[in-house]
Amino acid sequence: MACQGLQSGETLASLKKESDSLKKKLEEERGKLNDIELHQVAEKVEMLGALSIKTKRLLKGHGNKVLCMDWCKDKRRLVSSSQDGKVIVWDAFTLNKEHGVTLPCTWVMACAYAPSGCAVACGGLDNKCSVFPLSLDKNENLSAKKKAVAMHTNYVSGCTFTNSDMQLLTSSGDGTCALWDVESGQLLQSFHGHTADVLSLDLAPSETGNTFVSGGSDKKANVWDMRSGQNIQSFESHESDINCVKYYPSGDAFASASDDSTCRFYDLRADREVAVYQKDSVIFGASTVDFSLSGRLLFAGYNDYTINVWDVLKGTRVSVLFGHENRVSRVRVSPDGTALCSASWDNTLRIWA
Amino acid sequence: KMIFSSSIAQARRTVQQLRIEASIERIKVSKASADLMRYCGEHAKNDPLLMGIPASENPFKDKKPCTVL
Repeated sequence: MACQGLQSGETLASLKKESDSLKKKLEEERGKLNDIELHQVAEKVEMLGALSIKTKRLLKGHGNKVLCMDWCKDKRRLVSSSQDGKVIVWDAFTLNKEHGVTLPCTWVMACAYAPSGCAVACGGLDNKCSVFPLSLDKNENLSAKKKAVAMHTNYVSGCTFTNSDMQLLTSSGDGTCALWDVESGQLLQSFHGHTADVLSLDLAPSETGNTFVSGGSDKKANVWDMRSGQNIQSFESHESDINCVKYYPSGDAFASASDDSTCRFYDLRADREVAVYQKDSVIFGASTVDFSLSGRLLFAGYNDYTINVWDVLKGTRVSVLFGHENRVSRVRVSPDGTALCSASWDNTLRIWA
Repeated sequence: KMIFSSSIAQARRTVQQLRIEASIERIKVSKASADLMRYCGEHAKNDPLLMGIPASENPFKDKKPCTVL
């Protein structure tokens, strides 16, 4: 039987055999270096005292579930997006709503502030990610200046600008991530490897070079080289969808939040999971994570309306933040680490400090 | 015939991907953990949410409760 593309001696069976033996080799190599657990090494670190973190601001204004938010580099403004198509830019100090746009689609799942603070990007069920310049003129119609940059074939789940306003990285329900030139809308690189919806992405801190991590419904977290499009590392230890991934501040590790009700911590240089943040009493899915400035605390938002604060090194829970009246969809620490913002399906955002 | 050759392509991609992943250099968890701990330790004093900072220095911590009108 003639089969196209076969090299001599290569059959489906021989490739399968090689892939099985490579997987086994990977497991063995990773296992050899697992000489101790992170929490054991961390036994000599001082225990954390009680944290006094409370709600300091309540941002009301969205008419429906708030799905996403992002801080501006100025540490006071933030952008949020909602199920009803609204995107709002807030001054978190004064609670002033500085800009508002209504997108023609519902479920705006992703929004991001540009590094310059002069634009925001957002997208969702429209399968696109659009960029809006923020005008100082309150009367200007922002919708008119909308520029559709990313075009996917399914919903956009996450977006972030790279180190400038010029490039946008997106993740999508179509199973891919993509890098776009904002000015021209051109696709610069696409990232294939996930076998189901990609639900989240995070860019490595700029000192660590051009990589990003993505997490998806295939339970995998993948690390990518932005220039080549190559998937350089892959982690599969969660038992359900990964809803969020976030880099540790040094760039050497990242955390993930999953529907399996755990958050996990992966070290990139050890190439393995090094901690699982879980408790018998925590049975609802985790939707979002972010680190405090030093990386010692991990804030995680859950579908049981709470935010659990974990000691990253010791693996224990330090605190629980109550207040939201529905699922927590997003948590983000402010750029100078002074506050945590949380977005919720209860239509509000909270600032905790 | 189409299905068969795309299975080959898929299998080949998987093998290539695994070869890349298997060949990366790794360090021991003990070393990785020590580095993570060191980073946390070095930056702890500059972490406001961890340390708590005086109300006078935190724009979000005002002395009177804030209500939304």
